This record gives sequence, C-alpha cells and structure tokens, in this order.
Amino acid sequence: MKYLEEFGDPALAGRLLEQIRATTTRPWAIMEVCGGQTHSLIRHGIDQLLPAGVEMIHGPGCPVCVTPLEIIDRALEIASRPGVIFCSFGDMLRVPGSGRDLFQVKSTGADVRVVYSPLDALTIARRNPEREVVFFGIGFETTAPANAMTVYQARRQGIRNFSLLVSHVLVPPAIAAIMESPTCRVQAFLAAGHVCSVMGTGQYPDLVRRYRVPIVVTGFEPLDLLEGIRRTVAQLEAGRHELDNAYPRAVPAEGNPAAVAMLREVFAVTDRSWRGIGMIPASGWRLADAYQDLDAELRFAVSDVHTAESTECRSGEVLQGLIKPHECAAFGGRCTPRTPLGATMVSAEGACAAYYRYRRLSPPTTSRPAWDATAPRTAHV
Amino acid sequence: MCLAVPGRVVAVGERDGTSMADVDFGGVRKEVCLQYIPDAAVGEYVIVHVGFAIQRLDERSALETLAAFARMGLLAEELDGRDPAAPRPGTTEEAI
Ligand code: SF4
Repeated sequence: MKYLEEFGDPALAGRLLEQIRATTTRPWAIMEVCGGQTHSLIRHGIDQLLPAGVEMIHGPGCPVCVTPLEIIDRALEIASRPGVIFCSFGDMLRVPGSGRDLFQVKSTGADVRVVYSPLDALTIARRNPEREVVFFGIGFETTAPANAMTVYQARRQGIRNFSLLVSHVLVPPAIAAIMESPTCRVQAFLAAGHVCSVMGTGQYPDLVRRYRVPIVVTGFEPLDLLEGIRRTVAQLEAGRHELDNAYPRAVPAEGNPAAVAMLREVFAVTDRSWRGIGMIPASGWRLADAYQDLDAELRFAVSDVHTAESTECRSGEVLQGLIKPHECAAFGGRCTPRTPLGATMVSAEGACAAYYRYRRLSPPTTSRPAWDATAPRTAHV
Repeated sequence: MCLAVPGRVVAVGERDGTSMADVDFGGVRKEVCLQYIPDAAVGEYVIVHVGFAIQRLDERSALETLAAFARMGLLAEELDGRDPAAPRPGTTEEAI
C-alpha cells in the first residue's frame, strides 16, 4: 500500500541508523507515547538497532491499556443487561475487568458485537429499534472524531436507542503528568503522529517550553520512527528543546479543523483516571452537557461498581516506563495474550503483548546498556 | 486500534446525509466516512482510522522526505568511496 513499503526501505533505514550512531555521544532516554509506535519499534527490532544507550521508553499511549477498570466493569454490567446490544472494537473483548471480560459475558449469552467503525453500531441501532445499542467509545484524539461524529449523527437522525459509553483520553496532559512525576527519566518525546493528524501541533510548544523537553511528531513506519529518533537525538546532543514535525505527510500544523470543531461540539474536557497510572487532571473527554442523553453511563445508571485489580499485574509500572514487560514475574507464564492479567497484554499496541509476540526468544535484557539509565534530564544539564 | 492507514479514494458519495467514500487499501475496498475531509477527490490518498478519513496524505511531502533520506550520508560516502547502498560491517540493515 502507498508509502507503507517505501517507508520500510532497509537501505534508507541503514542510513538513518548510521546518522543516529554518528550523532550519539551519550545515553538518552526517549519515550514514544503511542502504543502503535511501541508495536512497530518492537516488531522491527528498531530499539535493538539503536546505539547502546539510546533507550526507548514505552509510554501509556495504548487506549485499550489505560481504559480504567471501573469503565470496563461498567461495560460488563451494561452488556449483561437483557435487550442490550453492546458494540465494541475487537481488542476490548479480552481486557480483564474485575474477574471477567466481555468475551466471557458474550459466551454466557450477552449480545456483544465487534464492529470496525462506530458508524456500524449506529447502523445496528437503526435496524434494531426495539433494542438498546451501546458503543464502547474509547481511544485517544485519533479515535475521538469517529465517536463524536457517530453521536452527532445519532442525534441528527433521531436514533434514540443508541448511546455511547465514553472513556476518551488525551495525550498532552499525559505528557505533562509524566514530566511532573518524581520518577521521570524521560528526556524527549516522540509525539503520536495520528493524534497530531487530528489535533495539529498547537498544543506542544507550551509543553516544550515548560519542561524544556524536545518533542518530535513521528509516524509509524520504520523510517518514520528512525527519522523521529534521529531528529530527537540531534536536539538532545545540541542541548536544544524544540517542537519538530518528522511526519509532515500526515500532519499539517493545524491538524484537521473540521474534526476539531466536531470534538468541541460533542465532548467536554474532564478529569480521567488512567488504568495503572491513576487520575490525571483534565486528561479526557466526556459527552458535553447537550449530549448527555446519549451517555450510556447515565442511561443505564451504573455508577457504583466495585472494582478489584489483579494484585500480580505490574502494568502500571510498564505504562509509566518504570519497568519493561519481561521484568514482570507473570510475563509469559501466568500472563499471556490468551490469559491476560492486565490490559497491556491484550491489545496489539500494549507493551506486554508486543514483547510477548516479538521478544520471547531473545530477551531484550542482553541489549540493555551497561550503565545506569537514570541519566540526568536535559533540563538539568 | 490506533492503526491508521493510507488508502486511495476510488468513489465519493453519500449515505444517510453523510459524505462517504469507497477507499482502496492495496486491493481491499472499504466504505469510509469522508465528513472530515469533505473535499477529497477520487484518486487522492487519505489516512483512515476506524472507518473515518482523518487526514489527507500529502504525496509531495512523502516524496520529499524519501528523497532527503536517499541523499542522507551520500556526501560522506562519496568522500570515502563507499557504495552507499551496500551494508557495511557492524550494521544490521538486513534485520529491519
Ligand atoms: S506481563 Fe501481564 S501481569 Fe505483567 S505487567 Fe504485563 S499485563 Fe501485567
């Protein structure tokens, strides 16, 4: 497909790697925020090709992984109600709630359906007027426009048996939270390309200034990732901190104004707790007041569920880049994609699942730098 | 699920008052909501996520980026007479 093979060209990748090697004089810790980028880095082994000491820290940018447990439990509760058709993206089905998952609820007779697009759920609602159709609206800014449009269309077309269980999360507040953390050792960020395709780059100069941290907007193919890393290392080595766009073919500075306008219409900013991380102020979207009649949580009144997280799972530390997945004792043994203890083992973009799939035979421990990776942040140099 | 991929618009139309397009992904066709890139024309590439075109793929910028990668390091290689395309000892280009 267009520009997928071209941006995987091994010869050009070799040149980019050469440039990164030629520039690097000391260890650096760079976080890729997006789970799609984590998956691509591990799949292509890019993290292992980088000069020793350039460490990729995997960020919390997998929406499936950070969807809070209480929302999963509410999803399970709503999906179990008679008369409900519960629609979701496929990778939410095995995410463990407190004790069960959507897949198990489905196998006990609930009508849980996997859809490719939220608009498919709207079509199901139109065809089943006697049923309540709920769509599980999770995701970052990349996915939010699709869910916003679906809610908007439900209202416009007068489809009253449709509602959205919303748990949207936002990237810039997560970057701020990571930089504010006392255990932070991230020195630069690869910003998620497709989030910026929607939102543009306007939210980042402020973060760059406030935390004196380089942020490079980066794509997902091997060459995109290497170019993002090359530009990041160049900034770090020069002691600069700037916003840079290494993914201009998909990211205009203004993003997609029509999508942003729709997001403003349908959603309002809210505090959101992130699974494994905790509450981050103003880090999510809920339905705006004018659309609350389409909010599944209100329609089904499921506010007081009691949650219980697996005590063994260390996904919180994985999501904050404090440990790598194979450092969790359950990894690959009690916890596998078929029997996941935590959400990071479920989604293809979860770091635990990516390591399980691509790294079981060659533990990454061997390629880790010998020196202490807790290098000082650029801000302090 | 954050995956967004480029596809070529092969037909544009409307369904339930919403602008839609048929988009070709290397032989696989899907119906995609075009409401956020309403002026996308047949033949253009758009980036599609969960059934929605979220951005245009700027072909000129893609080609410029690839050309810049191709030029990269060439000068140094000419100076020391190496074949720019050949993998050299110590690199693991094949692994990518
Ligand atoms: S390997 Fe499994 S149990 Fe360990 S942190 Fe990852 S998801 Fe949790």
